[in-house]
Amino acid sequence: MGNTENAQADLFLRNLLLFPRFLRSSGLVVTTAQILTLVEAFSFIDFRKREDVRSLLRATLIQRHSDIKMFNALFDLFWKAVPSDKKSLELGQLIQRARSDAVEAPKNDSVGNDEDVEMEELLPTWRRYSAVERLRYTDFAKLTDQELEEVETFLKDLRWSPPLRLTRRSAKTVHGEKIDMRRTWRASLKSGGFPLKISFKTRKRKLRPVVLLCDISGSMESYTRILLQFAFVLGKGLPQVEAFAFSTRLTRITYSLGHRDMNLAIQRLTNSLTDWGSGTRIGAALKAFNFEWGRRVLTKSPIVMIVSDGWDRGDVALLAREMGRLRRSCYRLIWLNPLLGSPGYRPLTKGICAALPHVDHFLPVHNLASLEQLKFVLEDLSRIERSGLKGVSDSAF
Amino acid sequence: MDSKATEAKSLSIAAIEAGLREQTYIADRSLAVSIFLALQLGKPLFLEGEAGVGKTELAKAIGQLLNSRLIRLQCYEGLDVNSAVYEWNYSRQMLQIRLLEAQGKLSERSDDFDLFSTDFLLERPLLQAISPTPDQNAPVLLIDELDRADEEFEAFLLEILSDFQVTIPEIGTLRALEKPVVLITSNRTREIHDALKRRCLYYWVDYPDFEKEIEIVECRCPQASRELAQQAVGFVQSLRKEDLFKRPGVSETLDWINSLVAMNQQQISEAVLEDTLGALLKYRDDLEMARDGVAARLLKK
Repeated sequence: MGNTENAQADLFLRNLLLFPRFLRSSGLVVTTAQILTLVEAFSFIDFRKREDVRSLLRATLIQRHSDIKMFNALFDLFWKAVPSDKKSLELGQLIQRARSDAVEAPKNDSVGNDEDVEMEELLPTWRRYSAVERLRYTDFAKLTDQELEEVETFLKDLRWSPPLRLTRRSAKTVHGEKIDMRRTWRASLKSGGFPLKISFKTRKRKLRPVVLLCDISGSMESYTRILLQFAFVLGKGLPQVEAFAFSTRLTRITYSLGHRDMNLAIQRLTNSLTDWGSGTRIGAALKAFNFEWGRRVLTKSPIVMIVSDGWDRGDVALLAREMGRLRRSCYRLIWLNPLLGSPGYRPLTKGICAALPHVDHFLPVHNLASLEQLKFVLEDLSRIERSGLKGVSDSAF
Repeated sequence: MDSKATEAKSLSIAAIEAGLREQTYIADRSLAVSIFLALQLGKPLFLEGEAGVGKTELAKAIGQLLNSRLIRLQCYEGLDVNSAVYEWNYSRQMLQIRLLEAQGKLSERSDDFDLFSTDFLLERPLLQAISPTPDQNAPVLLIDELDRADEEFEAFLLEILSDFQVTIPEIGTLRALEKPVVLITSNRTREIHDALKRRCLYYWVDYPDFEKEIEIVECRCPQASRELAQQAVGFVQSLRKEDLFKRPGVSETLDWINSLVAMNQQQISEAVLEDTLGALLKYRDDLEMARDGVAARLLKK
């Protein structure tokens, strides 16, 4: 008896885990951490009681009051769509079922006008988001041109917020660390030189600059277009972004990407970069970057992101040395590898092995979901401490 | 005062070159031309170049050449109005109030009571450059390492450089009677905004060639023997052609030669080179690379 119960519970849980993704497709943000809490909490409730499951989901997945209405509507649809027979569902099927239910709902449901209106509102977003749901997890290399365009529109919607750095400027604050003598004194003149009101100041914080080094060699060909768009979008969203492209030579592409029209900018780039499709010498490119641009672009401790699959034809020792130098001059060094998305990929090439010890974060960049993950990592950068390397001193900031 | 003002303008290009040489700064003709034009047109001169090529030295030499005060503003991130232009001497103002209180004069309106007079004003470099100096030439204002200041300061500087006037709310607008000679240096660790660069004449200070560097050494390190100077400069010249992270500048050459002189060397041997290489190269990777191929280069000479 215990076994069948467990098996049922497992099956239910597996179907239940479609719900967070269902929520996401309707525009709500659900993080992996929340899903993990959901799984943990699942063992404590009786999954056959519908209202208990509703409470469980609401407690773990919803964080804002304004989302509750939508959650309720979606949950009802979801519960109806989950089959009573013991089969597991595909998200696509689920959405289809839910959609068909929703279309019927205004006629069948007797609850009231509120819910009807919501169904109407939800439908158009569903149509759009279910397409994206599929696209989010599809590798960029496998997208058709039209799908690429759809993904591009979603790229534009991503909001980037890298961590802040302390500057040496101060700004007045209501409560602060230091007393602003000037302001206090000026205010005290009103009271005959006696400081009745004390003003404070604190150091201003600015967004960290971001430096992007993109590999545009032959092996990266299928990803290049979308990665250039990524660079473009990043440049639009953040105040200080420097972008470089390399294969056998290093070219600065920041100005080209500054154009207002993304397609035009990428067109210009494609025409001007003559390096396309040749083999990569990552070490030499990094060295050129460090020697020529390092002192100009790596001040103000930026976040450096290298986008490459690590296929290298050049000197591996040089690569390691330059990676070390780069690491010491920046706040965090992130390596983005599109191959990481392929199942079964192991970073075994000599190039990657040489570079990895110097890298703070090694992340995939093969689909839209991985870019969203990158966004989250960027926001959390300051919370994750840098690990020390043997014989290499850490950057102090 | 007029005659002194036109003195700077009356210097010809050749006179500038000769005058700088007298101040132990070796300038080539194109630099003299740029300085000449900057003086004639009354525009700031923007000196860009790698660290250690002699930009600040040039400014000092120009100051001495023109027989003017050199006012130096060292830039850094967060440089603001209070450190660059003026600040009120709060402690003194407070003491003045206490004094008046003690004397019982607080209720009277008297001259003593003007807390915001120039007596209580601390003049910082930019204001000093604007303040009138009746018996002297217009000062030379050196804004050093502008690339280290942030963009907020650049915007502020732009305003000042266009009108050379400063408005202090309590006092009024102070305008320069004579425009100071402005020199801006940058190590190119970031790009200076076009708006600022447009107002200036531009000059890129490069590493000197062999002859010029020998001249510089002879001027600045006269104690070094001719042989030593030739050998050392030759070495540094070929070192600069190598693939270094940071090529040694002129100040490094001078430091090195001074250290060789201090060690009483007439010639450079491999051992001495090993010991003193740290005066030329300041990065570990560069030092390692140099130590590997040092023998080869010594032999070249």
